[in-house]
Amino acid sequence: MAVPQRNMGPGFWAIRAPISSRRYWLLALVGLLLPLGLWWGVAALELMDKVFMPSPADVARRLVTWATEDELLGDVSISVYRVVAGWALSAVIAVPLGLMIGTWRPVQALLEPLTDFIRYMPAVAFIPLVMLWIGIEESSKIAIIFIGTFFQMVLMVAEDVRRVPAAQVEAAQTLGASRGEIVEQVLLQSAKPALLDTLRITMGWAWTYLVVAELVAANSGLGYSILKAQRFMQTDKIFAGILLIGAIGLVIDQLFRAMHRKSFPWLHFK
Amino acid sequence: MNAKISIRGLTKTFGEGAAAVQALAGIDLDIFDNEFVTFVGASGCGKSTLLRTIGGLEWHDGGELAVSGHSVAGPGADRAMVFQHYSLYPWLSVMDNIKWCRRLKVHTAERTMSDVEAASGRADALLRLMGLAHAGDAYPNQLSGGMQQRVAIARALMPKPEILLMDEPFGALDAQTREVMHDLIRHVHKIEKTTIAFVTHDVEEAIYLGNRVVLMAPRPGRIAQIYDVPLPAQRDQDMKHAPEFLALKKEILARIRETSGMKTDFELLEKLNQPTS
Repeated sequence: MAVPQRNMGPGFWAIRAPISSRRYWLLALVGLLLPLGLWWGVAALELMDKVFMPSPADVARRLVTWATEDELLGDVSISVYRVVAGWALSAVIAVPLGLMIGTWRPVQALLEPLTDFIRYMPAVAFIPLVMLWIGIEESSKIAIIFIGTFFQMVLMVAEDVRRVPAAQVEAAQTLGASRGEIVEQVLLQSAKPALLDTLRITMGWAWTYLVVAELVAANSGLGYSILKAQRFMQTDKIFAGILLIGAIGLVIDQLFRAMHRKSFPWLHFK
Repeated sequence: MNAKISIRGLTKTFGEGAAAVQALAGIDLDIFDNEFVTFVGASGCGKSTLLRTIGGLEWHDGGELAVSGHSVAGPGADRAMVFQHYSLYPWLSVMDNIKWCRRLKVHTAERTMSDVEAASGRADALLRLMGLAHAGDAYPNQLSGGMQQRVAIARALMPKPEILLMDEPFGALDAQTREVMHDLIRHVHKIEKTTIAFVTHDVEEAIYLGNRVVLMAPRPGRIAQIYDVPLPAQRDQDMKHAPEFLALKKEILARIRETSGMKTDFELLEKLNQPTS
C-alpha cells in the first residue's frame, strides 16, 4: 500500500517558485543578521587587532559619542543635502533632455554619443577642474555628485522613453494627437514608472559619490568624517560612517518604492 | 461612386542601398464607403505595411494615396487604427482609455455643454456595446486579452472615425474569443457605418468578416487577386460550413501556399530520422 505523502509544495530550490511572505522576511532577516553575527564573532575572537577590527559594540558606542559629543546630526544633514542637491540638479536637466533624446532621433544622434563618451570619464578626475572652476564652496561638492550621476541618468531616461511601446504612440497618432500631445500625454505618462525607478537607482549612485565629493576641502559630512577617522586610526568611526550611509540609502530606497506603489497602483495588483 | 480610399500605383521601399526591400510594388485599389475589406497573404506580402500607409504611419515613396479625396500626409483623426496589442494606456481606467481622444485639441475645439454630454453618452454606449459595462473602472491589465481588444476598438470608435484600420487585432486571442469578436465587429460595422480595412493571416477570418478579400503576394508586395465574398450581409457562424465558404477558403489557401515560398525538404527530414547504421 502506498504511503500517503503530505504535499509539501515546491521545494526550496524550485525555479522561480513563489514563497510565502513569512518565509521571505525570515530569510531577509537571516541575510541581514548573518553578516552581523559573523562580524561579532570575528571581533570577539580577537583574531585581528581591535584597531583594525572593531566590534559591533565599539561601533555602536562610537555612534553614540558621535551623536552626543560631536556633530552627527550636522554631518548627516549636510551630506543628505549635498547628495540630494546634486541628484536633484541632475534630474531637473536629465529628465527633459533624456525625454528629447528618446523622442527625436536627430537629438539622439546629436547628444547620445557625446554623453556616452563623457560618462566613461571618471568623476574623481574632475575634482581638480571643479576646484579651479567652481572653487571650494558647497557648490563644488554638489558639482562632483552632479557629474557622477547626470550622464548616466540622461541615458537611462532616454532608454525609459524609448521603451514606450510603439503601438501606444501610433494609437495616439491615429486618434489625432499632435506631437506635443503625444510627448505629454503618451510618452511621459507611459514612461513615468520607469522614470521613478531610474531616479531611485541614480539616487543610490549619487550616494556613492559622496565620499569623493567630500574630498574637496570639506569640514563636515559623513564622507569627510570617514576620511578624517582614517587619519586618526578610528576604524570604529569608519565602520559607523559606512553603515550609516548604507542605512540612509536603505530608507531612501524604501521611500521611493512606497512612492512607486502609491503613484502607479495598476502595477501593484496582487 | 467615389472611393473612400483611393490607391494608385503605390510603391514603398524599406531600407537603403543594397539592403533595400521593396515592400509594396504598384498597388491599385479602391475601397468604398461602408465597405469591409480584409487583407490576407503570406508573411512579407506587405499587407500590414499597406494598412499602416493608409493610416499615415508609413510614408509611401511612389504613387498616389487619397482618403475622402484628400492626399494622405500623415496620420489623422479620420483613420483610427486598432493594433494587435500593447496599444492601451495601462495607467488609465477602461473608461478613461475609451474617452482618451477627448483630451486632444482636434476633438474638443467646441466645448459646448451638449457636445460634452454627447461625448459622455457615446462613451457609455460604446462601453455597453463592447460588453464592458461592469469593467469601466478596471485597469487594462486586469482584463483578459479579448476584453483589452474590445477596449481598444471602443477607444478607436470614440471620435467617430470614417475609417477603421485593424492590424491583426485578434491575432493574439484564442479561437472561442475570436468568434465572439468576429460577430461583434460585424455588428459594429453595421451600426456605426464605418469603412473597415482589416489585415489578418487567418483566411477563415478574412472571408467571414469581409465583403471583399484582397489577396496579397510577397517579393515584392503586391495584390494577387481580389475576391467578392459570396455571403449575405448578415453573417452567422454556420456559414463557415457552407460549400461556397469552404470553396473560397480552399482556393485562397492554395494561392497563399503557392506564393509563400516556404517549402519543407521532406527527404532531408526522413534522412535525419533514419537510424544510423
